Amino acid sequence: MKCTEVIEAVAERLQQEIVISANGYISRVLYNIRDRKRNFYMLGSMGLASSIGLGVALNSDKKVVVIDGDGNLLMNMGTLSTVGGMKPKNFLHICLDNEQYESTGGQKTNSWSIKLEKVAEAAGYLKFGKIASVDGLDEYWDAIGPVFLLIKIEPGGEKGDRVVHTPIEIRNRVIDSV
Amino acid sequence: MPTAVQFYNELEEHGFNFFTGVPCTIFKSLIGHLEVTGKYVAASREDEALGICTGAFLVGKKPVLIMQNSGLGNSINALCSLALLYEIPILLLISWRGFLGKDAPEHLYMGKSMLSFLKEMEIPTYLYEEDGALEKAVLDLNRMKKPVAVIVKNEGIK
Repeated sequence: MKCTEVIEAVAERLQQEIVISANGYISRVLYNIRDRKRNFYMLGSMGLASSIGLGVALNSDKKVVVIDGDGNLLMNMGTLSTVGGMKPKNFLHICLDNEQYESTGGQKTNSWSIKLEKVAEAAGYLKFGKIASVDGLDEYWDAIGPVFLLIKIEPGGEKGDRVVHTPIEIRNRVIDSV
Repeated sequence: MPTAVQFYNELEEHGFNFFTGVPCTIFKSLIGHLEVTGKYVAASREDEALGICTGAFLVGKKPVLIMQNSGLGNSINALCSLALLYEIPILLLISWRGFLGKDAPEHLYMGKSMLSFLKEMEIPTYLYEEDGALEKAVLDLNRMKKPVAVIVKNEGIK
């Protein structure tokens, strides 16, 4: 599967959800496919997508969708334990796994040897799994969280333009829309 | 020296309503009080706690991050490329281990460097023991929209 294919499928399903998208290509692809006020695009702070999402989920009734990457997730894998411990029902954690740090030139991560969905299970996520086609997304989309969904993707493909909003604009758009 | 309950009440009076962090002995009684009252989210790292505070702020909370100064080292990138970049007001309660070089060896370098790190990042910093520290920190948080540090020394809270 391609990154754009997955993010298109996620974007089609979005209604009131607050989305936290990981820095690098993930935020960029989401921005180009469906820019919306409730998208919090991370520009830096690699590793913190799930923790930002957790802070929202613990303090809001709205559903939170975190679009994470394998490099991001591995950097702060401890956050899986915090999510598992707090068990927010409104938390959907999607990890797009291309087994590399694509935006810095394609250096390998170690995710090829790790069953990340099993790590999420062990950490206390209530629903977890891996899908090979976006057709499987619905089963996870509406499940009671915390939900973890691993989707292996191919590197490469069109990324589109960089996010044009400034960090303050990104912040204010989210605040004003919730 | 306030008790943990007095310290918490002071924070609450200033509107703080979300608490997360990673423990330090200096905050044992404060975190204990927050845990008992169900108000504390135990993070696994301090930069993760900064992410959690950022999310909480986005949906209207006034967050407090409690950490040992060793955790400031873990937090530098999250401060620079998240909290400072997006102008997220977070009260950082940081213990001062290694103060005056009198502490276990692992605390000495950070004890000596902590204030310089904060100053370099242009994070307003106050010593809790000084008069009106919390009031000044709150003014800065509201005015400057960025993290502000309040430093608590050993035996700063009963």
